[in-house]
Amino acid sequence: MSTGNMNLTLKIWRQKNTKTNGKLVDYKLSEISPDMSFLEMFDVLNEQLISKGDEPVVFDHDCREGICGACSMFINGRPHGPKEGITTCQLHMRSFKDGDTIVVEPWRAKAFPVIKDLTVDRTAFDRVIAAGGFISVNTGNAQDANSLPIPKVQADSAFEAAACIGCGACVATCKNASAMLFVSAKISQLAQLPQGQPERYRRVQSMVAQMDAEGFGNCTNTGACEAECPKGISLENIARMNRDFLSAKFVSEEDI
Amino acid sequence: MAEFNAHIPEGELTEKWTKLRSSMPLVNPANKRSIEIIVVGSGLAGASAAATLAEMGYKVKCFCFQDSPRRAHSIAAQGGINAAKNYQNDGDSVYRLFYDTIKGGDYRAREANVHRLAEVSANIIDQCVAQGVPLAREYGGLLDNRSFGGTQVQRTFYAAGQTGQQLLLGAYSALERQIGMGKVEMFTRHEMLEVVVIDGKARGIIARNLITGELERHFGHAVLLGSGGYGNVFYLSTNAMGSNVTAAWKAHKKGAFFGNPCYTQIHPTCIPVSGDHQSKLTLMSESLRNDGRIWVPKKKDDNRKATDIPEDERDYYLERRYPAFGNLVPRDVASRAAKERCDAGYGVGASKLAVYLDFKANTERYGRIEANKHNIHNPDYETCMRLGREVIKEKYGNLFDMYKQITGEDPYELPMRIYPAVHYTMGGLWVDYNLMTTVPGLYALGEANFSDHGANRLGASALMQGLADGYFVIPYTIGAYLSKELATKPIPLDHPAFIEAEASAQAIIDKFFAIKGTKSVDYFHKKLGKIMWEKCGMARNEQGLKEGIAEIQQLRKEFWSDVRVPGAADEFNPELEKAGRVADFIELGELMCMDALNRNESCGGHFREEYQTEEGEALRDDENYAYVAAWEYTGDVTFALHKEELKFENIKVAQRSYK
Repeated sequence: MSTGNMNLTLKIWRQKNTKTNGKLVDYKLSEISPDMSFLEMFDVLNEQLISKGDEPVVFDHDCREGICGACSMFINGRPHGPKEGITTCQLHMRSFKDGDTIVVEPWRAKAFPVIKDLTVDRTAFDRVIAAGGFISVNTGNAQDANSLPIPKVQADSAFEAAACIGCGACVATCKNASAMLFVSAKISQLAQLPQGQPERYRRVQSMVAQMDAEGFGNCTNTGACEAECPKGISLENIARMNRDFLSAKFVSEEDI
Repeated sequence: MAEFNAHIPEGELTEKWTKLRSSMPLVNPANKRSIEIIVVGSGLAGASAAATLAEMGYKVKCFCFQDSPRRAHSIAAQGGINAAKNYQNDGDSVYRLFYDTIKGGDYRAREANVHRLAEVSANIIDQCVAQGVPLAREYGGLLDNRSFGGTQVQRTFYAAGQTGQQLLLGAYSALERQIGMGKVEMFTRHEMLEVVVIDGKARGIIARNLITGELERHFGHAVLLGSGGYGNVFYLSTNAMGSNVTAAWKAHKKGAFFGNPCYTQIHPTCIPVSGDHQSKLTLMSESLRNDGRIWVPKKKDDNRKATDIPEDERDYYLERRYPAFGNLVPRDVASRAAKERCDAGYGVGASKLAVYLDFKANTERYGRIEANKHNIHNPDYETCMRLGREVIKEKYGNLFDMYKQITGEDPYELPMRIYPAVHYTMGGLWVDYNLMTTVPGLYALGEANFSDHGANRLGASALMQGLADGYFVIPYTIGAYLSKELATKPIPLDHPAFIEAEASAQAIIDKFFAIKGTKSVDYFHKKLGKIMWEKCGMARNEQGLKEGIAEIQQLRKEFWSDVRVPGAADEFNPELEKAGRVADFIELGELMCMDALNRNESCGGHFREEYQTEEGEALRDDENYAYVAAWEYTGDVTFALHKEELKFENIKVAQRSYK
């Protein structure tokens, strides 16, 4: 079914489940087309494994167009591979050369336990959002959308923070496995909007507390998260979160 | 036979919803606390319903197969969401949105449902903005709008090319808030495999924990399916890899009628297939048609580079055929026109199955405006293009990047190559006005139901419908049913119906592992997709559909005797999940062909080659086919047809014209 001429050696992390140890296993693949996406290359590999009676490699993926945030491969030491600004599913084989050896690992962080092979458990992110990543407005409460003008610059900046897809590349690349870029993106989105003001300080405190409880590490400002984020989420968000977190200490209990 | 009544309220069209809403039986707060609701799916419809019902005080359990509710495929919607706000002062109104949607659907949708959708559309925008969804704004701080196909007003709200993402994250936040408050119990990586029906009413589900493989029983006073559409029956589509029909199909086999299964939307602007390895197709948002002009060379088999083909040798065929709407004709019309040109030998690119979407004219126009702004008089072409590119980048940057990533070509330099691809399914579980299926207590929301888009959905209407159903319709209409269920105590999970449903789900899993065949699940899925695309795709005919049915029946036999499912049932096993989904797709594919064969007319996305006007437009037969085809499952992959007659009391039914 393949139509190309690339030959590759893959070293892929195989791990049966959370309780067992994993290891890198070598696979040879030939006739890979440069037009294939990285995940389509994995489809070819899995098809071959199934036909040989072996177990296919399990990995998370869904939309395959860079927006759902499911895909999460650590490729040659970088989350989502060698190119900037894209997710694993948007990576194409034309970014590699014939004869390359490619090492593929799962996200590795204490807060993201491996479920199987390249699939990890990222529900910690959901719990951080559940702790405060929202505006408390029930359905039916809303006023007319244009009754609250928001300066375009501010709205655009909130949108840029809101573009986070929750893939976890920031955690995977951070030597401390810190989730500060993810958490600050949500805090920053809501803190820049007038709707987000009433809960601004309560939000930052409860989300940071949950982030710590999940076992994510601290931020030491290396900036790897920003460099590897497929959506270009800025480090400024972390600064904004830290300012709000500090401010919250000076705000009286009644205001929170 | 199950009850089959659309329950459309009496009275004037504009009064129906208001009156019903204020006379709907209520459930008092104390009683709500003891009523449990199951929601399957966490996309726009599922998440908004789960969050809102929990806010109202019901106990909610929500299920999704993804690792997080935030990954539901609503997230990939790009272009926008319609609402009759008339912020642009261009003559929009609830009636006009209603009219455009009925006409866009080629007069095959229910008037009352569509009017309700138009009525609540404005509330959706208010709700989302209140949640902090960062929709695009003008410098004055107010919301911006753009145009979409099939309309002549600007009523589409958007957030760059990521509108679905932002709206879904809004609904997801609302859902997570309820989860945090303990009012919604969330089950991620769980797949619904059966509906449990007791005494004729939906009372729960069987779900498989995808990590441990365990089958679980869950009780609910009502079950809501917001499980999306079934475009993946074609294998290649713009749907996510995991999008599936299983929840809806299991409901169908338990008595829920399936409405208009053959109505499929083929979206005109997708990146063309590049080879056999292709696993999915990527959409280029319809919003690009605001600024892109679609053309093919006037000469057959013209192999020159697009930029080398002079202006007078280009055929802007949409502008030529449909001067009033031009490049903004509805999706079905644009798709068929592209197919027509390619079939006639004017296609471009290596496969010749593509047309150009060209931004040059508008880039230059924007550049000229920018030059004016910057007091550059008589700007040369290069200056215009340079300045214009910045404007285009601001509007569609992420889409252009996506295109470049996939094709390796720079759309700022060369026109995009696009071709139609399966995108959305208008058909789905038949529901009444209250969104209830033919199984009492079982509801279907969003793309999973059939209700609002007729035979063709207009752009930016899917997000509107998903959120309308979840935020503003089901929270009211479900009261009518639940108010009569107050005496129903939670049914113990060892009830025979639960045991039987679990056994039937287990039997299918056991069967998969017993086959020990030679071919992978994907092998069968690809074969099914090919049959569906060729025989039940953009153009259909009697002979092809009959062949399609026979081929699918053959494929079903082959699947059940030769599929290979590796691994085990008691572990995380995506191949097993796929096997279950493809088994259901194969059965659905047959029904889609039957429905297409039954409908001896062309309407919207359903184009039967035998029924077209002299100009090649869809030719409806209102006398014989102005009905919803609602199919009942009669066992062993056989189906019986029921008809719900469509009455148009407020709109004059006419041949759709976009000329």
